[in-house]
Amino acid sequence: MAKTLTKPLSQLSTELDNTRDQISQPPLVTGGKTFGNITEIVARVAEHPSAPKAWYVAFAGAVMLFGLLFAMLAYLISTGVGVWGVNTPVAWGFAIVNFVFWIGIGHAGTLISAILYLFRQKWRTGINRFAEAMTIFAVFAAGIFPLVHVGRVWVVYWIFPIPNQQQLWPQFRSPLLWDVFAITTYLLTSLLFWYMGMVPDLATFRDRAKTKVRKIVYGLFALGWRGSNRQWIHYEKAYLLLAALATPLVLSVHSVVSFDFATSQLPGWHTTIFPPYFVAGAIFGGFAMVVFLAVPARELFGLKNLITLQHFDHMNKIIMATGMIVGYAYAMEFFIAWYGGNPLETFTFENRATGPYAWAYWIMVTCNVFIPQVFWFKKARTNLWVMWIVSVFVNIGMWFERFVIVVSSLSRDFLPSSWDYYTPTWVDLCTLAGSFGLFFFFFLLFCRYMPIVAIAEVKGVLPEAHPGHGAHAAAEAKA
Amino acid sequence: MSQTEAKTMTIEEPTEGRKLLGYLLEFDNVDDLTHGAEKVRDAGYSNWDCHTPFPVHGLDHAMGAKPSHVQWIVLACGFTGLLTGLFIQWWMNAVVHQGNVVTGYQYFISGKPFWSVPANIPVMFELTILFSAFASFFGMLGVNRLPQYNHFTMYSERFGQVTDDKFFISISSEDPKFDVGKTRDMLSGLKGTYLEVLED
Repeated sequence: MAKTLTKPLSQLSTELDNTRDQISQPPLVTGGKTFGNITEIVARVAEHPSAPKAWYVAFAGAVMLFGLLFAMLAYLISTGVGVWGVNTPVAWGFAIVNFVFWIGIGHAGTLISAILYLFRQKWRTGINRFAEAMTIFAVFAAGIFPLVHVGRVWVVYWIFPIPNQQQLWPQFRSPLLWDVFAITTYLLTSLLFWYMGMVPDLATFRDRAKTKVRKIVYGLFALGWRGSNRQWIHYEKAYLLLAALATPLVLSVHSVVSFDFATSQLPGWHTTIFPPYFVAGAIFGGFAMVVFLAVPARELFGLKNLITLQHFDHMNKIIMATGMIVGYAYAMEFFIAWYGGNPLETFTFENRATGPYAWAYWIMVTCNVFIPQVFWFKKARTNLWVMWIVSVFVNIGMWFERFVIVVSSLSRDFLPSSWDYYTPTWVDLCTLAGSFGLFFFFFLLFCRYMPIVAIAEVKGVLPEAHPGHGAHAAAEAKA
Repeated sequence: MSQTEAKTMTIEEPTEGRKLLGYLLEFDNVDDLTHGAEKVRDAGYSNWDCHTPFPVHGLDHAMGAKPSHVQWIVLACGFTGLLTGLFIQWWMNAVVHQGNVVTGYQYFISGKPFWSVPANIPVMFELTILFSAFASFFGMLGVNRLPQYNHFTMYSERFGQVTDDKFFISISSEDPKFDVGKTRDMLSGLKGTYLEVLED
């Protein structure tokens, strides 16, 4: 171990293409790794005396942006929401756009950890841990915006049904209150799911710990896990149940978020396609964020044998598929606007594609519908640079999708005399940048100190993890 | 790692005058562990366990372990969540007075009824999931008696490898069938690599 730790992490793994043979199941872990190798590969990320240089650079950037977020929020709270660009008729601006964007990012994490688990997609094991971490930090980033946009942050607890001397309760028929319940449940359930999956890996870190601090901290959070099979039985059942609970939950969360719009009576918002359209968009954007984070992470931390090209191949296919679902939704909105024959609806959609915000609309369509089409080609799906650049475009496109929905509908409301062009202020822009700081701050800390890959789960997909494997191998050798 | 090569087991001797807590037998692969577990099961032990770095398929059967019933805890809590969601929305939004007790606050919004279940479904659903998720996690911890920071296996120096790449069978001295000599003979007949004596 001492020998490996003198080398930078990034030089400890090599790229091996496991995407060639799709018929017979290719290995999920390349390079003929053993159980011990997997422990070593993941644990050394947290044990290495120095993180890669790029990590320090990224962390410094994240800290600065996080600081910027604090400054912007302090300015906002001490001055008032007038520092934002929102006004009549665009009363919902960046805050709601950023909120929906970040919540959407989180959805891919739950999809990978829960839905792919239920479908027994074993390739999820390599990427599920940090996709789940991404979910949690994205929900943190999302949660900031509804909290501060209420104006009087110090009474924000009024959104929860807490008994009070005024005998007032929240209004339960409002989708904004459904959001409170949906997001809170989503955050707590994701945290439980993430932590529970991590317990055996924290025990691995505990057992390898050399310093007292590490022994105590990892030991405490490992809960005294001893790999007992009588405990694994309950653990696996509970994990399966959590996956089964998280699956409808994740679909409900973005559906509820879309109800914020769909239950209103504004043309462009009041559509029944919104829940599935939002969920598909969330998964699309979230997977792009997973690719965006995974490409540099595996490079820097030497995880190329665990997060392989095959993983990216699968993810890029999902990105393309969900991107086309989103493209279908865009087209269907126009079709219904025309077919429905409602003049207000027709106007809204003409305005969307040709009006003052047409530039945003076409950025969205280009990034979300056209650019991911490169993934028809396997060369593009397995080229790290191509996929990384596409993932950046998809994230930009998905942010603009929310911008288009929110702003283009509001800026041309029912009364032409109040039409206006919404422009964000510098505070809006800095707060958005700051929310990325918050996300990356937590994410980079997670990468450095926590088990970034689900060690126990990856071991479980190795062939020698199954009893009788030895007998099979012997029989094959004979034949 | 090859399973065909013959293995020799190192066997520790118990020390005089120290309290014996149990035996811990180390294996280096899944097959030997599973076959070993079958033998221990058939010998009729009850207070024993297998320890593995990841869940091993088929080991439950080899151990004769019963399936988990965590799902009933989750179901009960899920129902509680559902009813809680239904109740709080009725109590807080649908009624104002019940007898002399002020209970809720009615909002009159666009002429909508104060009590209509469709509008209350999202919150009921979310609370069902929330309660069930907590039940899965804490139910699992409860059934497994975690967190547990002391256990006789933790007296072993070698046991740390259970979270890396080694497999273990532990038999507690509190097992009714436990016998210092006989249990050791039984374990030394298995394909383990190291038999450790755990003492206080």
